[in-house]
Amino acid sequence: MDVVILSRIQFALTIMFHYLFPPLTIGLGLLLVFLEGRYLKTKDLQYEAATKFWTKIFALNFALGVATGIVMEFQFGTNWAAYSRYVGDVFGSALAAEGIFAFFLESGFLAILVFGWDRVSAKMHFVATILVALGSIFSAIWIIVAISWQQTPAGFVLREVATPAGTVMRAELASFREVLFNPSTVDRLVHVLLGAFVLGAFFVLSVSAYYLLRERHVDFARKSFTTAIWVAAVASIAMLISGDSQGRMVARHQPAKLAAMEGIFHTTDSGAPIHVIGIPDSEEKTVRYSLEIPGLLSFLVHRDFNTPVPGLDQFGADIPPVGLTFFSFHLMVGLGIYFIVVTLYALWCLKRGTLFNRKWLLWVFVFSVIGPFIANEIGWVAAEVGRQPWIVYNQLRTSEAVSQNLTPSQVLGSIIMFGAIYAMLFAVWIYLLNDKIQKGPEPVSIPPKGSLRDAVDVASRYPGHTDSLTEAKDKD
Amino acid sequence: MDLNQLWFILLGFLLAGYAILDGFDLGVGILHLSARDDRERRIMMNSIGPIWDGNEVWLVTFGGAMFAAFPNVYATVFSGFYVAFMLLLFALIFRAVSIEFRSKRDSAAWKRFWDFSFFGASLLATFLFGVAAGNALIGIPINAEGVFTGAFLDLLRPYPILIGLLTVSFAVMHGAIYLYLKTEQALQQLVHRWMWRGFGLSLISYMLATIFTMAVMPEALRNFREHSWSWLIVIATVFAFANVPRAIFLGRPFYAFLSSSFTILALVFLFSFTLYPNMVVSSTSPDYNLTVFNSASSEKTLGIMTVIALIGMPFVLAYTAVIYWAFRGKVRITEHSY
Repeated sequence: MDVVILSRIQFALTIMFHYLFPPLTIGLGLLLVFLEGRYLKTKDLQYEAATKFWTKIFALNFALGVATGIVMEFQFGTNWAAYSRYVGDVFGSALAAEGIFAFFLESGFLAILVFGWDRVSAKMHFVATILVALGSIFSAIWIIVAISWQQTPAGFVLREVATPAGTVMRAELASFREVLFNPSTVDRLVHVLLGAFVLGAFFVLSVSAYYLLRERHVDFARKSFTTAIWVAAVASIAMLISGDSQGRMVARHQPAKLAAMEGIFHTTDSGAPIHVIGIPDSEEKTVRYSLEIPGLLSFLVHRDFNTPVPGLDQFGADIPPVGLTFFSFHLMVGLGIYFIVVTLYALWCLKRGTLFNRKWLLWVFVFSVIGPFIANEIGWVAAEVGRQPWIVYNQLRTSEAVSQNLTPSQVLGSIIMFGAIYAMLFAVWIYLLNDKIQKGPEPVSIPPKGSLRDAVDVASRYPGHTDSLTEAKDKD
Repeated sequence: MDLNQLWFILLGFLLAGYAILDGFDLGVGILHLSARDDRERRIMMNSIGPIWDGNEVWLVTFGGAMFAAFPNVYATVFSGFYVAFMLLLFALIFRAVSIEFRSKRDSAAWKRFWDFSFFGASLLATFLFGVAAGNALIGIPINAEGVFTGAFLDLLRPYPILIGLLTVSFAVMHGAIYLYLKTEQALQQLVHRWMWRGFGLSLISYMLATIFTMAVMPEALRNFREHSWSWLIVIATVFAFANVPRAIFLGRPFYAFLSSSFTILALVFLFSFTLYPNMVVSSTSPDYNLTVFNSASSEKTLGIMTVIALIGMPFVLAYTAVIYWAFRGKVRITEHSY
């Protein structure tokens, strides 16, 4: 295999493993803000216990997100040096802005969120929680600006620059505003954030359903479930609207991707169908075993059943791999519909007061959390594989973007290294998540470890007292 | 001063911020195994628990800023040092998860594993930073396109290894002083000994590095000859460095910490000043050097980046101050600790 394929595999492996964590931290971050806000308002200790419990889960995910995220920042340079030279002038500033505006905010105030319970006032702690949640959203904004620019480049000019080897072309910034608000930024951002909310909500649903089935932390679990089911339902329905808007955006700016997603091999004379299911066959240029709804794609894209949609035959050789794009897109849409159905059904049961008696439904929710994880991952697969063969759409080919000095064995070596580390991290992550969930939130009825030691701890928190206590100890 | 020069300085600022802040928490990692029992190890780990992540963001932002301001340098360095950077990523991942995982399970073998991983990862990362800096100074084989034409082992020459040992020594000293501020009693006495050892190692490696730099880099003094004011920085470095043992001896650890921080800042300055206007020296031909001028982004991009930095950096400094203030004082192990 050559360096291009290997580097693509490595990027796919590292980004997909990384992306297990950010949407979960974005989703749980908002949950923390909500829970702690309720606690401050009501002084209900249950909310405090819930905040502390979810903070532990949040912190574990955050740490893994940081550890795997730094790989992404390095990889543009290590494996895609030619790309970096070509786009650095435009793409790099979004990445740097992410560092300055988002990472410092998140990582700084995470310290207070996790370790600061006894160090700062309750209000200051709440502010830290809000800032961490904001930081994770800022981070999403900047990275999505950068990624979207690759998909729908805007606000740049191609210019020749002099190097010792002669002049080379590169993309240079023309309008920062157009880069920020390139045609796909807003649609993509909304879609990604909603994806994070759906995942966060389903995660809470899964844990709460498990407690309800095991009859542990029942009060906590009921409250959590009831809140999360609303969030999940609203976000899942909003996802449908966002998905529709994004589909039309893709049709306008990346018609080849849309054709691959929907398996439209031939440009239709009239309306184009949706293949609800099917297996695209690139050899025969047809979708096998397909269940079609005639004209629906045309309606979704153009709001008219009869307008033709360009097929893959319009784009020559520059088309993405159809199978992977088609399947990942269809699975994502299918999961999205599943989220709507299952959350609406649960809400209906909740209204009738039968939700918590339906054990099978609770079991469904215990395992449904896998759905949003998969949907978040393969949504990106559809978006990024669908961009091929371009790394910057219609500007730079993926095959021209890799580092020229790399040998296949070097990249294979790093793939094996990341594969081994990530397999281990995945196992530890699942183990620790399970461990924390099994332990559950602290019970609130018993005063926490009420003893003399605590009184001393409380006293020693006051700086003045710390000094005197330490001195007293030293003199002993 | 034009924007290219300004961004060279700003990158130096980010690098110095990283070296000073992550310098001490990498040092704590290197010293981790010297702690004698679980309680001491937890205190050591928790001394950096709330802040190591924020410290590492300086590196991430340094990388991002280099990508944005000097994309050619970013591309050449990161692809040229491929194997070294993969090892660095390996170390940084293990360091992060060691801190996070170690206290999550009450098993001696589990803790032992993460103790060694925390130590090894900290040592490897610190060493590799020095190796990278050493290579940047003496030059690496790059061609006219800026593409690295050597192999990984070409990077492990005596001079970069010496600079690697220098960074490890300074991290030990800096980390020990930090730990001295955060610990009490027996553990504090232990790290007190490490402050002296760290200073001794730093002194030896600093002198060796100075001699070798003169020997292997005939151009090393070029900028110093042209700009005589720069000798003031050299003198300030020596004074700051000499002030470290003085402050330790006088029993003023915070003063020692400031002195060692200033020494690191000054070393980063000397490193950058020696390189300027080059950012990567080509050992193939001086014509292929990547400089502040031939590797930068357009003026427009640098201008926008300057605005971003002007808006963002005051916030960054404010957060950093708030966090360090919130976690001032000695380490206390609580239910929230690692």
